[in-house]
Amino acid sequence: MQQIISLLMENKPGALMRVTGLLSQRGYNIESLTVARTLDPTLSRMTITVDVDPNSRAQVIKQMNKLINVLQAVDVTEGSVLNREMVLLRVRTPQATRTSILKEAEIFHARVVDSTIEGFALEVTGHPEKLDEFIDVMRSYGDIEVTRSGMVSMSLESKKLRLSPPVPAAGTMEEDLELQEAE
Amino acid sequence: MSSNLLSGAKILLECLSRENVEVIFGYPGGVTLPLYDALFDHPIRHVLVRHEQNAAFAAQGFARVTGKVGVCCATSGPGATNLVTGLVDAMMDSIPIVAITGQVSTKLMGSDAFQEADTFGITRSATKHNYLVKNINDLPNAIHEAFYIAASGRPGPVLVDITKDVLQGQAHYAPVSEIHLPGYKVYGGGHSGQIRRAAQMIWEAERPFVYAGGGIVAAESSAGLRTLVETVDAPAVCTLMGLGALPSEHPNFISMPGMHGSYAANMGMTHTDLIIALGVRFDDRVTGRLAAFAPHAKVIHVDVDPAEISKNRHADLPIVGDLKKVLPRLNAEIAELAPSMRARNSAARHAWWKQIRQWKEENPLVAEISKTEIKPQHLMSEIDRLSGGQAVVTSDVGQHQMWSAQFIRFNEPRLWINSGGLGSMGFGLPAAIGAQFARPDKLVFSIVGDGGFQMSIPELATIANHALPIKIIVMNNGYLGMVRQWQELFYNNRLSEVQLSTFPDPEKLAGAYGFKGSTVEDVNDLRRALEAAVAEPGPYLLNVKVTPLENVFPMVPAGGAINEMVLRPPQPVEV
Ligand SMILES: Cc1ncc(C[n+]2csc(CCOP(=O)(O)OP(=O)(O)O)c2C)c(N)n1
Ligand SMILES: [Mg+2]
Repeated sequence: MQQIISLLMENKPGALMRVTGLLSQRGYNIESLTVARTLDPTLSRMTITVDVDPNSRAQVIKQMNKLINVLQAVDVTEGSVLNREMVLLRVRTPQATRTSILKEAEIFHARVVDSTIEGFALEVTGHPEKLDEFIDVMRSYGDIEVTRSGMVSMSLESKKLRLSPPVPAAGTMEEDLELQEAE
Repeated sequence: MSSNLLSGAKILLECLSRENVEVIFGYPGGVTLPLYDALFDHPIRHVLVRHEQNAAFAAQGFARVTGKVGVCCATSGPGATNLVTGLVDAMMDSIPIVAITGQVSTKLMGSDAFQEADTFGITRSATKHNYLVKNINDLPNAIHEAFYIAASGRPGPVLVDITKDVLQGQAHYAPVSEIHLPGYKVYGGGHSGQIRRAAQMIWEAERPFVYAGGGIVAAESSAGLRTLVETVDAPAVCTLMGLGALPSEHPNFISMPGMHGSYAANMGMTHTDLIIALGVRFDDRVTGRLAAFAPHAKVIHVDVDPAEISKNRHADLPIVGDLKKVLPRLNAEIAELAPSMRARNSAARHAWWKQIRQWKEENPLVAEISKTEIKPQHLMSEIDRLSGGQAVVTSDVGQHQMWSAQFIRFNEPRLWINSGGLGSMGFGLPAAIGAQFARPDKLVFSIVGDGGFQMSIPELATIANHALPIKIIVMNNGYLGMVRQWQELFYNNRLSEVQLSTFPDPEKLAGAYGFKGSTVEDVNDLRRALEAAVAEPGPYLLNVKVTPLENVFPMVPAGGAINEMVLRPPQPVEV
């Protein structure tokens, strides 16, 4: 099944490699991955769609959370979450069908970003499944070329971000770093 | 010019001093020249090994006997890649080591420069965390973070790759007082409610069974384990990584469970109604076929790594926390409930112990002794006699490792040093070097196979150099014995590429390095030969010729359930 993971991580060299490496190392196939900075430029938000056995879902999240550069990994497959993807699509079309393509585009809230005698370039965002439909519809008009952004997700529930406090350097790592865990 | 302007190499050594590093196991090269120049007149001791893999293993040996972070060092390119096996090995067994590697200068990186390798990328999955330091100002933080990450939580290896220009460059050094790793979670004393429920479950169980592992050793929580076992009077097994966590001579200690575990240990695991799993990971070598493992048991699982909980076996009651802190709290809850609960299942528990004793009697682990040849089991029981549960024993990987684990007692943790998770041949001898440096006072046996020994022969030079009084015992069966055993049992005895038909003359070999060695093949000479080796003030290489075709039993065939052990050879073996 597809699992959607939303990940907040430090924007450090190699951080992306750690995440993708962990997934391939444990045999999970990445379906899509997007990453960009957050409001805080030292952090990045990543949305990963992976193909995993339902029994491994919790394990994937735990392994992600073990990465030192990962501040929080959450499973957003279910629950209240916004999932969006963007598609850029070029369709070649004869003169006769141009208007119907534009009508269709409007139904899907797609925008024309380029128009030539050969056809259109369209831009659309939406739920990935809706985009599948959009692509199918456009294919029926002629040759198409497609670039998908991969999914970006945002949870609508607020999940408490628990960060570890600083610890004294060199040696002393005593009681001060006591952290009560979530079971 | 300010007085604290230091070279990167000096800053590195300053940071290592602050981490109380006593010894570095390493091997120099081009890009680490600035570091070695700084080491030349620095109080931190450097031990020159003869291969970088052994630097990592020696650092592990040091870490495994002391619990402190072991340190190894290698140059860029081949030096760094040679470390990889030792890093993965430390990762699998959760051993805290810090590896320092040199990297080509920042301006050369990415140009396929001489001895450039992507150490940072290569060791990503071989370490708990790794660093690439390209700016001298980042160096102190990287070093202190590396030590903190290596030693805290679930310990593991951390590598710091440092470019040559950083080692050579100069910067104002200000000691780091604080490190901040917001995403790194270190767990503490566990959830109080869960701990209370665990105590309740433990008293409610009729057939409780303690399954203790390397986590007890890592968390220095042997005392807590002992209290628990004694308060509830539960039978206990220690895994290959946990041997010594409960003294082998403790009346509640059964033995090691799993593929080559004892009958009683595996039967106990199969019939218990409550597994109290402490610092273990339900490894496949312990569980056998998972679906058939401990079918009647509920599981309490305490581990500092939340990812281990319910990874292989569902935990009915998980406790995420540091055993050192969890066990005293759990023991307090258990003690509090004792007056009201102890009597409750006493009849059932009595019957449980009776059953366990019966399993022990039915199929005890006893070393067979022959009048005509040296049985490997006999060798181990003789070493056990000399050790008396007190010596450090480092083992290599193979049959000798399993017989050592079966027949040698360990009355303290951190005496039994072996490569459990990765099973790296070539581990035993360099690990003994690290162990002996850490514990110069201790008798250290290095029990190695005739195969694995030949992977680490170069380190005889290191041993000789430092006159380390390690007793190297080669269990020489003339074969890659463990592989041969599988070929015999599962591949119609077609012995393919497992015969070791030549072995160097130990007297000449040790002699070439300037210490003593000998061979023993007559069973009547065995005891005397071992005693002579131990009596020798310096290193000793004893080559013990044992029964070539002996197999390790009990054995759970791969994919089998652990109660379906093969207890002894099915028929006399013919070749
Ligand atoms: C580096 C490495 N290569 C291969 C193996 C596979 N292997 C496991 S045990 C074994 C045989 C070891 O032979 P020896 O050292 O003579 O020990 P014995 O089993 O005979 O006691 C081999 C080849 C391994 N564990 N490690
Ligand atoms: Mg052998």
